[in-house]
Amino acid sequence: MNITEEDRNGITLLCVKEQRLDANNSGDLKEYLKRLLETEAKALIIDLSMVNFIDSSGLGALLSGYKNANLHQGSLVLHGLQPRVQSMFELTRLQRVFDIYPNQQQALDHIEEGKHS
Amino acid sequence: MNETDIDLQIAVPPNTRYLSLVGNLAEVLMHEIKEYNGDRDLLGYHLNLVLTEAMANAIEHTPPPDKCDKLRVHIHIDGDYLCIKVYDHGEGFDLNQVQSPDFQALDEGGRGIFVIKQLMDTVDYRKCTDGNVLEMRKKLTPPIPVAE
Repeated sequence: MNITEEDRNGITLLCVKEQRLDANNSGDLKEYLKRLLETEAKALIIDLSMVNFIDSSGLGALLSGYKNANLHQGSLVLHGLQPRVQSMFELTRLQRVFDIYPNQQQALDHIEEGKHS
Repeated sequence: MNETDIDLQIAVPPNTRYLSLVGNLAEVLMHEIKEYNGDRDLLGYHLNLVLTEAMANAIEHTPPPDKCDKLRVHIHIDGDYLCIKVYDHGEGFDLNQVQSPDFQALDEGGRGIFVIKQLMDTVDYRKCTDGNVLEMRKKLTPPIPVAE
């Protein structure tokens, strides 16, 4: 699983550098997010702009991270979904669950607003 | 067999590393159906997706002693339908008992069969000679008549 990680004033920016998120690598993503959220990370922004294919196990890994973030009083938001990936979220109604933004700045703004509210 | 007929049989080790290979192959294959006049890219993507889901399901339910056996996939045209069959050696399950996911519950799993049912016209799962077969069928848009 190729993921880059960057800290931006306490917010963890992740970029998934994989074209596919499927049963072959979703377990790695799930463990990666779990480890991050169990340590210091509280706010995660995940860039999915390089992902052009996601299956139900990939969605499951993101959902696991989302639930883990909530469990640790944190947050997990997504941005940069390609149309095919967006369509999978809609097919499974998960676009109603996740906070999804068109770009990183809007995702950052959302997290910052949450800090001050 | 004419040039637009498709009859492809694939056998790969039951390992998730082959999901992208077979899924992408099905997607490319859609471009070989010359007379298909629907959204070829969309259907290709859907085939990639349902094959990925079906193969992952078959791999997950293949018992350990059979892990060395090959996972078989058969893609062919049957009349007006594109037919995809994925064979497994597991104990099998009752497709009718697979519930749609509870969209409020946020369970991490249980969406694979739902996705397949949403994207394909018919889905059938039954016993076969050496295990089970998941058969997924998609009606192809009738070809546009060619004026003479």
